[in-house]
Amino acid sequence: MMQRRQWIFGAAALAAGCATPLPTRARVLVVGGGFGGATAAKYLRLFSDQTLDVVLVEPEEAFVSCPLSNLVLGGSRTLADITTPYTALERRHGVRIVRDRVARIDAERKQAVLASGPSIGYDKLLLAPGVDLIWDSIEGLRAAHDEGRVLQAWKAGPETLALRRQLEAMPDGGVFAISIPEVPYRCPPGPYERACQVAAYFKQAKPRSKVLVFDANPDITSKPALFKKVFAEDYAGIVDYRPQHKTVAVDARRGLIKFEVQEDARADVLNLLPSQRAGALAVDSGLANAGGNRWVGVNWLDFSATAAVAGKDIHVVGDSILAASAMPKSGHMANAHGKVAAAAIVAELMGWPVDPAPMLSNTCYSFVDAKRVMHVASVHAYVEAEKTFRTVAGSGGLSPAPNELEATYAWNWARTIWADMLA
Amino acid sequence: MRPGLGLLLFAAAATASAQDARALQARSLAASCAACHGTLGHGVDGATVPPLAGRPAAQIVEQFKALRSGARSATVMAQIAKGYSDAQIEAIATLLAAEKP
Repeated sequence: MMQRRQWIFGAAALAAGCATPLPTRARVLVVGGGFGGATAAKYLRLFSDQTLDVVLVEPEEAFVSCPLSNLVLGGSRTLADITTPYTALERRHGVRIVRDRVARIDAERKQAVLASGPSIGYDKLLLAPGVDLIWDSIEGLRAAHDEGRVLQAWKAGPETLALRRQLEAMPDGGVFAISIPEVPYRCPPGPYERACQVAAYFKQAKPRSKVLVFDANPDITSKPALFKKVFAEDYAGIVDYRPQHKTVAVDARRGLIKFEVQEDARADVLNLLPSQRAGALAVDSGLANAGGNRWVGVNWLDFSATAAVAGKDIHVVGDSILAASAMPKSGHMANAHGKVAAAAIVAELMGWPVDPAPMLSNTCYSFVDAKRVMHVASVHAYVEAEKTFRTVAGSGGLSPAPNELEATYAWNWARTIWADMLA
Repeated sequence: MRPGLGLLLFAAAATASAQDARALQARSLAASCAACHGTLGHGVDGATVPPLAGRPAAQIVEQFKALRSGARSATVMAQIAKGYSDAQIEAIATLLAAEKP
């Protein structure tokens, strides 16, 4: 059904023969169209029975999913398979999409200033800025990245394809090295899944090649027993996992990785993941007040930022917040944050009490090759006495082993959650 | 306006908003299912997990409890089911059952 507001916008645009005018105000302004922000924008419309006007600021034309993007590196899927346009969010749900970035926030005047110049006022602001890479945590990395020598591909998109091309160009007998920063970082199982995907590609196409995994953490940070078994049984002689290797510098021309403690290592394709923090917009707005000022502290009932500058009207969801205990930085979790935050914002704007007992859940699937998958799942309940989320005792768990059945579920999950946020 | 009537109207408004708030809480709770089962239980085309929209509430509750107790096995859902109470699953089932399949 076409919303009246859209019809008016559409008619005005037709009459003027130009693009839709930029909104100057929104009841709720959402910044960032990832798993957290896009979900929140859609559910703000659903939960308010389409009564709240919602504007989403997002620079990209389409959403490219980080989950499953390792399959593009492994070669079994294309970028098109993991890309979804934003159009339905506007057409079906009446979310106004502004293709731009927010340059800064004027919290006092309750305005967001767009990179292109104009401002949009808001009653409520919901930020989902994701993570930014802390380039300085690995000396030489920024320059190596900008020269195209050392890629991260920790946000799926063109860089994912560029890294795939490096793998394709690497001769048989070459070495791929991935380095993993200390927790917390986006997608705990992601680097290990990536090691599996690259190893699967090598096993089939370049069997004399190696995958080195340098982990700053004392052990594999997600599904450790399962990944170790896969490394040992499926990729023996290919994957070499080394814990407690903190990468501190890179010499990209010579392919050298330097560690805090150990001897240098050499590789042909380097995929060095630096430490991470909340997206720059959150940091620059003074909202990153937790976890060594790297992450945004939130009140868990409504995801309002705890920093004094936020007042009561800036909410933050997704990977940029300091997570509660055992809460992963995952797309599924960001989707869950977006819904709880949307319900709380609707309640606050309506003058209703906010849900005193919200729930969050999470499922992460990892592909160990093109066909076999293993999961980790959890359920998180708000605990009033501690004012945070805790996993529900007895809930959650892991796959017993990688299996083909769960590959069908993983694809179903992906298609469904993309639709849940965007369709 | 007599004070009695004002109080009555205030109480009625408060009751209405308490009901609205509870309805919203149920919708938020049911939205947890949507990441895997689709928004309001409407699965994607060719979905490989059971559709939930429009299924009888009693059936959803029964299946959920069977998963939670281990009477029915599943890869993921048996683990997720253990995180929810009877009251929560009943609220979710009522809402999803009211959807058109």
